[in-house]
Amino acid sequence: MFNFSKVTKSQVWESVFRHPYEDTNRNRMLQILDNVFLHLHPTKIPRYATDVGFTWGMGGITFLLFLVLTVTGVLLMFYYRPTAEFAYDDMNYLQHDVPFGLFMRNMHRWAAHLMVITVWLHMFRVFMTGSYKPPREFNWGIGVILLTLTLLLSFTGYLLPWDQLAIWAVTVGTNMARATPILGHEGPLGPELGMRADNDVRFALLGGTVVGPAALMRFYVLHVIFLPIAISVFIAVHFWRVRKDGGISGPRPSDKKK
Amino acid sequence: MEHFLEQVKKPDNIPIVGLIFLIIFYTVWAFKQAFANDKSEVTREMANSEKVQTWPNLVKVEFVAAIVVMLLLTVWSIAIDAPLEEPANPSKTPNPSKAPWYFLGLQELLVYFDPWIAGVVLPSIIIIGLMAIPYIDFNEKGNGYYTYKERKLAIWTFCFGFLVLWITLIISGTFLRGPGWNWFAPWNEWDTHKVVALTNVDLSELFRIRDYTTASIFGGIVTLGYFGIGTVLPLKWFGKKQPELLKTMGMVRYFTISSLYLMMFGVVIKIILRVTLNIKYIWVTPWFNI
Repeated sequence: MFNFSKVTKSQVWESVFRHPYEDTNRNRMLQILDNVFLHLHPTKIPRYATDVGFTWGMGGITFLLFLVLTVTGVLLMFYYRPTAEFAYDDMNYLQHDVPFGLFMRNMHRWAAHLMVITVWLHMFRVFMTGSYKPPREFNWGIGVILLTLTLLLSFTGYLLPWDQLAIWAVTVGTNMARATPILGHEGPLGPELGMRADNDVRFALLGGTVVGPAALMRFYVLHVIFLPIAISVFIAVHFWRVRKDGGISGPRPSDKKK
Repeated sequence: MEHFLEQVKKPDNIPIVGLIFLIIFYTVWAFKQAFANDKSEVTREMANSEKVQTWPNLVKVEFVAAIVVMLLLTVWSIAIDAPLEEPANPSKTPNPSKAPWYFLGLQELLVYFDPWIAGVVLPSIIIIGLMAIPYIDFNEKGNGYYTYKERKLAIWTFCFGFLVLWITLIISGTFLRGPGWNWFAPWNEWDTHKVVALTNVDLSELFRIRDYTTASIFGGIVTLGYFGIGTVLPLKWFGKKQPELLKTMGMVRYFTISSLYLMMFGVVIKIILRVTLNIKYIWVTPWFNI
């Protein structure tokens, strides 16, 4: 019989796993504390915070979907060139020739749609349980920024396939920008202040007067670099504040006694 | 009917079909818990507030949830392919042209408002208004548990804005708008040549005001009057009936709350005016129309 304790007593094993796996409260706490990913959590939480009926798990699922989108997105980037010349052909290549290319693309798209829904449901739960109330007012605001960034990420990604669906959906969306008051050439007071189709806020967004190659490059850069970094920063703040504000719900401990 | 089903079955619209069921499910679940809490002395959250070890109590739930979601995503990604249409062609406009589904509530509002309101001002107000919620809701009750009794107004407002306005407008914009952004009932064919009589009139024309300047002043009085009276009358009422509440609320809070409510109901009023009386604009000016 192979003696397993020889392995678990070895220098290699002990350098990786800092504590034994005995079922003691101390080990359960160390399990959370000694793990860089799990120590996002406190070692102990109120029982209702583990109750799916209370949380619906939507915040966590949103984060999981963000991770799925990061992984599938990076894989798609290996095959995709954000130019009007190649983008559509790369989509076809990805779908028909790259092993699991279509599967990767499908998962990226459906996870993106699902993420929009889970963000909404997460906000709905937070509202219905009054979890935005003190001390979490600021974190609710961070959450609204995360909602906006999620929608922007989804919208910028929508253009990248460079097909009819993409270009016209984004045309309809960005046409709104020309109606921006003061900053758009069709918005209130825009023309009076010298806004034209080739110098207003929509022009800045698209890098042109129509959704063309420049817009594709801009949306690509926003989609794969700028917005992911921005949303990561806000996610970090959001999670940090959940801990600092004393968990996912409930008043400050000092207010509870009243 | 076939065009409606075509829309429902579109791969990109499947999330909305799912969303409708999810929203109903979670709304019922939330209210069920709220009513149960309202009836009992101790809420379920308070009864379950003793601390437990995160490992394994929370980690196992996260683990199972992650597996379920990944399973769902995998099956979904195998079963249904993401759409890829013809190559982008700037000279070939599809009819109707639709934004991504989560923006179709705003695109739907384009029927009732000019783009600067529907596409720029209202989204900004929604974002700012959402961020303002924790600061304008000064009700200390209902912090951290489902309840209806203790925060009726807040829950009614949110459910109205989210479920009735946002979700309904998305559903209408996605499934019921056809060529020319005309409205088609589910059982109607999408007729590309559907003729809709342009019978919309400005509010001033309803009052037989033909002169542009007079119409402009009239519209200004109506619009500003709506906001003015809508702000002052409740303020007077609060001052008389609920002076204590008004004091706790404070003036800054009061004005923020009243303007957000007036804008939300303004959107509804404008929709109703368009649908019933074919009102195009309430206020026309040389620079903007409302």
